[in-house]
Amino acid sequence: MNNDGCARGDIAGGSDGDAAALAGCGTGRRVSYQLYIDGGIRLVADAWLAESLLGVLRDHLGVMSVKDACEQGRCGSCSVLMDGRLVASCTVLAADAAGAVVTTVAGLGAGGPARAVRAAFLAHGAVQCGFCTPGFVVAVTDLLARRPDADEDEIREALAGNICRCTGYGRIMAAIRSIQDTRR
Amino acid sequence: MADSRSSGDQEFTDHAAAGQGIGRSVPRPDGADKIDGTFPYAGDLFLPGMLHARTLRSPHPRARIRRIDTAAARRLPGVAAVVTAGDVPGRATYGLIVADQPVFARDVVRYQGEPVAAVAARDARAAVRALAAIDVDYEPLPAVTDPERIVSVGGEVDPLHPDGNIFREIHLRHGDPAARGTVQVSDSYVVGMQDQAFLGCEAALVVPTADGGIDMRVATQWLHSDREQIAACLGIPEDRVRLTLAGVGGAFGGREDITLQIHGALLARVTGQPLRIRYDRVESFLGHPHRHPARLWFRHTASRRGQLVSVHARVVLDGGAYASSSPAVLANAVTHASGPYRVPHTVVDGWVVRTNNPPCGAMRGFGVPQVAFGHEAQMDRLADALGMDPVELRRRNVLEPGDVLPTGQLVADPLPLREAIATVAARPLPAPVSDRTPVTSLPGGRLAAADPGRVRRGVGYALAYKNLLFSEGFDDFSTARVRLELGPDGTPRAVVHSACAEVGQGFVTIAGQIVRTELGVDQVLLAPADTAIGSAGPTSASRQTWMSGGAVRAAAVTVAERLLGRAAGRLGLPPEVVAEPRRLLALADGEIVASEAGTRLPLADLLADGPVEAVEVFRHRRTQPLGPDGQGDVHVAFAVAAHRAVVDVDVDLGLVRVVSMALAQDVGMVLNPMALRGQAEGGTAQGLGLALMEELVVDGGVVRNPTFHDYVLPTIADVPALDFVALTHAQPGAPYGVKGVGEAATCSATPAVVAAVRAAIGRDLRRVPIRPQDLVLPPGQAHPADLVRPDAGGGG
Ligand code: FES
Ligand code: FES
Repeated sequence: MNNDGCARGDIAGGSDGDAAALAGCGTGRRVSYQLYIDGGIRLVADAWLAESLLGVLRDHLGVMSVKDACEQGRCGSCSVLMDGRLVASCTVLAADAAGAVVTTVAGLGAGGPARAVRAAFLAHGAVQCGFCTPGFVVAVTDLLARRPDADEDEIREALAGNICRCTGYGRIMAAIRSIQDTRR
Repeated sequence: MADSRSSGDQEFTDHAAAGQGIGRSVPRPDGADKIDGTFPYAGDLFLPGMLHARTLRSPHPRARIRRIDTAAARRLPGVAAVVTAGDVPGRATYGLIVADQPVFARDVVRYQGEPVAAVAARDARAAVRALAAIDVDYEPLPAVTDPERIVSVGGEVDPLHPDGNIFREIHLRHGDPAARGTVQVSDSYVVGMQDQAFLGCEAALVVPTADGGIDMRVATQWLHSDREQIAACLGIPEDRVRLTLAGVGGAFGGREDITLQIHGALLARVTGQPLRIRYDRVESFLGHPHRHPARLWFRHTASRRGQLVSVHARVVLDGGAYASSSPAVLANAVTHASGPYRVPHTVVDGWVVRTNNPPCGAMRGFGVPQVAFGHEAQMDRLADALGMDPVELRRRNVLEPGDVLPTGQLVADPLPLREAIATVAARPLPAPVSDRTPVTSLPGGRLAAADPGRVRRGVGYALAYKNLLFSEGFDDFSTARVRLELGPDGTPRAVVHSACAEVGQGFVTIAGQIVRTELGVDQVLLAPADTAIGSAGPTSASRQTWMSGGAVRAAAVTVAERLLGRAAGRLGLPPEVVAEPRRLLALADGEIVASEAGTRLPLADLLADGPVEAVEVFRHRRTQPLGPDGQGDVHVAFAVAAHRAVVDVDVDLGLVRVVSMALAQDVGMVLNPMALRGQAEGGTAQGLGLALMEELVVDGGVVRNPTFHDYVLPTIADVPALDFVALTHAQPGAPYGVKGVGEAATCSATPAVVAAVRAAIGRDLRRVPIRPQDLVLPPGQAHPADLVRPDAGGGG
């Protein structure tokens, strides 16, 4: 137990991972700042300094499309773009994102490459439970914007940070290849 | 296969443009919301002012609880309630089959992670502080973690629980136990503990109601079973417990058991306030039952010509601290132990026992993946001993209609095993590794930069069958309501109501396709799945398309019948036609057509008199309980799957790359080709995971890796494109002749991958998951791969 009364490490199942509950423990500092999210300015009031971007998006701002399957940087369900760079938002301090442009699946835009990715995911059955899907849509849109002609090995390596437990990835690959085929 | 679309696609032409009925690759109705991130999962739900609930869990696998002091926690600011065993007003225990698991541990904890208390507080931080302030005085006891010890001492020594230490034992005897063939192979095998690892962690939103009950929105596989257990433990009538399915982020068996439901309901009743209870990943790993680890032993004997004569097997499953679905899992493991082969003489001794390890229960395949790993390893060894091709050995021994299973049950329905193994054996093989193979295509990818000269190629086959639906005489049913009505815009639409839990498998898609096919309407709405209607049974045992699909179809057919009756009355037809309207009338393209007169009545006209509705209950054929000797007509039906795996192994680094997987699976008939493919691919990936990487490591009863950091899941870089062929033979008794497709592929994928690795390195592999240390040798020692197959780099 430390001076602001937060628990760590000694309670199985109650001690880890809950970003909102635990972030900031040990710093004792609360801060307010602005985030640029999906083209809008959002005020984050009275957050713990060490809260993750994922925690702030979900628990302070109600941005629920950003998912929280592991909160450890291992699954990609919380993928967003920060100044155009793909990040796992659970591994980014929200306060570090102040001043940066944060793009979630909702901010990828209604047209252009994101629209093609959305349509292909639906048409090719790349969605089952859907929990991984917003993160995948962000990651795939980012990949195809940077490397539209990526070959299969490159696609697979680039997306290895996004876990899907349902699809076995086959329909996700099919969706990506269909987008590439349409462009050619 | 380098290209996911290059093969096996002929039967998957997308007819979506031609309609949205059965047989088409109709996209998911919830797909767009899931893609946009607006689909609400259980963990996304909140109410202004709700409390946040959390669970305190035992750090010890076994301990006596001397005292629990919650006074300090209760006094903390923002804490609304702290509950322990003494606060459970109704039955103190719960469980899927037997209620042997305490809602909260009272005097003793039996596994690490067992709930001891729960708190509700005004925010999540206050709840975590309250957990830390609960003072539990434990006296740790020596944990019993070796299931073999329980079997060898007979279980009742040192009982870990008043119910004893053996959940179930089965001693199957079929034929002559003394019969032997001339060729014999025997060995032992170990299966590690796999986790379902669904991505959306457990969560529920609970609201107390004025009648002293609760409303709960929860991610689960079986609403009605949850309701029954919550009501019993709360000590209130079931009709005061109202459950609605919240968005479910995957399940795979891991949501069949109660986890946080009773804790959340109890806290909502005690505080009188709405609350959210949810797990993070660590708590999810500790909170739900896993796939049973297994210790297996087999002795197979055969004639010189390769006919199986006998299989003797011993199956020990570690059930962990509480029963969950262990008794049913054991029945599956024992009755499937010899695999999909004709075996005249079978002896299987099986136990599932209680230990101080984490509880185990349902996971995709339900007892079959464990034994399939063993029996397929044995078939390969037998082929070796006989000097026979492993595909040919399987071909010679597969079960066929008219054969008798080790349970004495007759194989009555199509069982295309020979077709399945022949199909995968005939699929084109990938190109061999050469100097021109890019490093990104070798084991470990760019990071490992393998030397192609140290990469060995292997090809492996496996065949499995898996029972469908509930076995052993269980009275299984599903309920559905279909209403045909005029929508707000005046056009006809159908509303479907079922308690079937959509967990990602696609029931919502299939239900719409069925109703469109039967009623010819375009618009189909799905009412939320809840307990306002009768049970649909669980989303498990590959049963929902058959069972709840069957119920939806039956209700739609009755609606059509009633509608035609109404039309006959409207057309002034004689009473015998009104009673049996299909003699003269038909429903086609949204109209009632009188076949002889050619009269047409638009649906909208008929529905102006009010909606037409029907509720139907669907049951599958009755089965029998399993006798003490493991005999009986216990299974409703089976599905068959064959996999061929091709792998490359880097023998220096111990890395495996699965180069290609081919699957032939018996699916009955195809309702949605795209959704079917998704199930086949997803099931294959989970089997691959068990073969190569997934294990919840439990050491002395303590889970060592309850995070995604250390529990390794297959990524898109690990799972190759699946060369999938659907085998279609209509299943008698099932709607449209369909079979459940969720599980069979998981059962055959694991042994196929292991067989391929074994072929690549020439070493026996008796344990899954395979670990790098099972593959590499200390420097200086010749690798068996170099001795056995000096030219194996050339592939398959
Ligand atoms: S939740 Fe951020 S990577 Fe898993
Ligand atoms: S669709 Fe369920 S995790 Fe990807």
